[in-house]
Amino acid sequence: MKNGFRQSMAWLHTWTGLLVGWLLLLIFMAGTASYYREEISRWMRPELPRSTVSNEVAAERAIAFLQHKAPQAESWNVTLPDPRNPAMRMFWRNPESMVKPPAEGEKRRRRGGGRFGDATVDPGTGEEVAARETRGGDFFYRLHFDLHYIPVYWARYLVGFCAMFMLVAIITGVITHKKIFKDFFTFRKDKGLRSWLDFHNVSAVMALPYHAMITYTGIVTLMFMYLPWGVNVAYPKDEDAFFSEAFARLADIETPSEGTATVLPIQQLLDAARAEWKGAQVSGFTLYHPGAANAVIDVYQRDGKRLSVDTPSLRYDAVSGALIEASPLSGGATQTRGVMYGLHLARFADWGLRALFFLSGLIGCLMVASGVVLWAVKERPKHAKSGKIGFGLRLVDALNIGAVAGLPIAFAAYFWGNRLLPVQMAERADAEVNVFFYAWGAALLAAFLWPKRLMWAWQLYVGAAMFLLIPVINALTTHAHLGVTLRNGDWVLAGFDLMMVAFGAVLAYCALRMQRWQPALSAAEKKKRQVAAAAAAKAQESAHAEANA
Amino acid sequence: MDSTPDASWFSRFGSFFARPWLGVLSRSLAAIFGGYALAATCAMFFAVALPIARGQAVLTGMLVAIVLCACAALWAFATRTALRAWVGILIPTALFWVGTELLRAGA
Repeated sequence: MKNGFRQSMAWLHTWTGLLVGWLLLLIFMAGTASYYREEISRWMRPELPRSTVSNEVAAERAIAFLQHKAPQAESWNVTLPDPRNPAMRMFWRNPESMVKPPAEGEKRRRRGGGRFGDATVDPGTGEEVAARETRGGDFFYRLHFDLHYIPVYWARYLVGFCAMFMLVAIITGVITHKKIFKDFFTFRKDKGLRSWLDFHNVSAVMALPYHAMITYTGIVTLMFMYLPWGVNVAYPKDEDAFFSEAFARLADIETPSEGTATVLPIQQLLDAARAEWKGAQVSGFTLYHPGAANAVIDVYQRDGKRLSVDTPSLRYDAVSGALIEASPLSGGATQTRGVMYGLHLARFADWGLRALFFLSGLIGCLMVASGVVLWAVKERPKHAKSGKIGFGLRLVDALNIGAVAGLPIAFAAYFWGNRLLPVQMAERADAEVNVFFYAWGAALLAAFLWPKRLMWAWQLYVGAAMFLLIPVINALTTHAHLGVTLRNGDWVLAGFDLMMVAFGAVLAYCALRMQRWQPALSAAEKKKRQVAAAAAAKAQESAHAEANA
Repeated sequence: MDSTPDASWFSRFGSFFARPWLGVLSRSLAAIFGGYALAATCAMFFAVALPIARGQAVLTGMLVAIVLCACAALWAFATRTALRAWVGILIPTALFWVGTELLRAGA
């Protein structure tokens, strides 16, 4: 399109990146936070116990709890505790006859039309935990692809559209670089536009395999929605057949039979599964028709070290203990998709690898942020020459401040809301989410009213202060603060508080740089000053010489 | 210079289409809608054409189509004229479509 291939690609890179850059930054930041979804959820429910019972004991207590709480349910699903999440999550499906129509004036329709019940149980006591109502890290996870306030369906198309732009921006970015290897080691400090360009390059190239992987696999996670055409053609009017054929699932569950029977001790069933898997851990199970003569149990393997999200499962007769079915080995394409999906979620990562993923995600945020800033820095001299800041640059400036400096404020505000909103408040989880968007809205509004350099500094200072104060607020409002968590070696909660301090410090440093920033001198200006300095020195020297004479 | 009304209308018409922003718009539409059409037909073609299990063919088609969609966007902006951008995307799309229909009719 332009005069050469590389120029065309550079043009395409600029515009695909800029057009979706701000939404992309939100998606990237929410996704990066989601690596620590469980840890964030735990920090946001400081009431949660930190128990260390074995999975056998936990499973027994789960069954006892469900027998008491939901004896009539058609099925019980239990997720056993793991090192990242010490509480047990469970839900059950009620028979149709038990479902009551929603009460008069009930605003929110319950998920699944009220057929499902759910509980979070402390495996140490077998009692339901009474924690504050919050969406925790799940909010960031959902925000990452469902956004908020708009229908999920549209949000996912919008996010997919942005991801496709991102994929194009990554490929064109690589093409644009003649010296991709050299750029990796190049950073020219305090050189205005050059420095921003170098920073953009370094952040992009350093984690390039990560950026390419995360963008492609992100589209793969929702590809059934984006590209349903293949399924439509190969399985006309029978989508379910595709999913059961391609995903090697266990057979459908039969209807409950007459008569009652007692289910074997859960420990015995889980032991059988572990033996079948040669020692691999169990992540959870679903018991169908508890109490009926044909009760069956599906046992799921923990992700552990496998890359794929498709984990093996086994089905046992829960009364006799006989193995009924094992999930069959899936085909090559299914496994490929499973690994792609798994790479995106990174559930397999232990703490070290998880930290690397998180760091790569942060570098991705910096790449997007420096990209949109770079556009404004490059555009500014053109406007400066005419003496008037044009509409386009003003708009980009405002969006840059509102996104790059404003989003950290929103993230911090969400955590503030979790600690400061009254614990017994109605619709508390929604209120926390609203705090996130009110804070972001305020930052955007301020940026649009006065999109100047000092606005950058102020917003960064506000973000820094809010992050730095999180451990303080935590200490004032809960008993799970640094004084306790460091002493007990509870590194999840302590690590969260310390990370907040680190983010605050980095934001404060950026704010300070922004505040003290001086426009870079042009080469001509520099030369002029050098000449002037040399002349002054000479004059002084001759004055000296005269005085000595 | 030819001054017949027809020709002047034509030359005005021509100069309108020579505007650079129209070329950008046209290429953008080719990249977005053409690219998606190419990806969709590619997914369909792979689903019926690959000689492997049906479910696996469907999945393979989707995984490939995503990459093809990105390539279509690159092509739309890399090629010399906006017309070539459209032609280069629509011809393979049409081929995938025809191939899919033929295989479905044969099956």
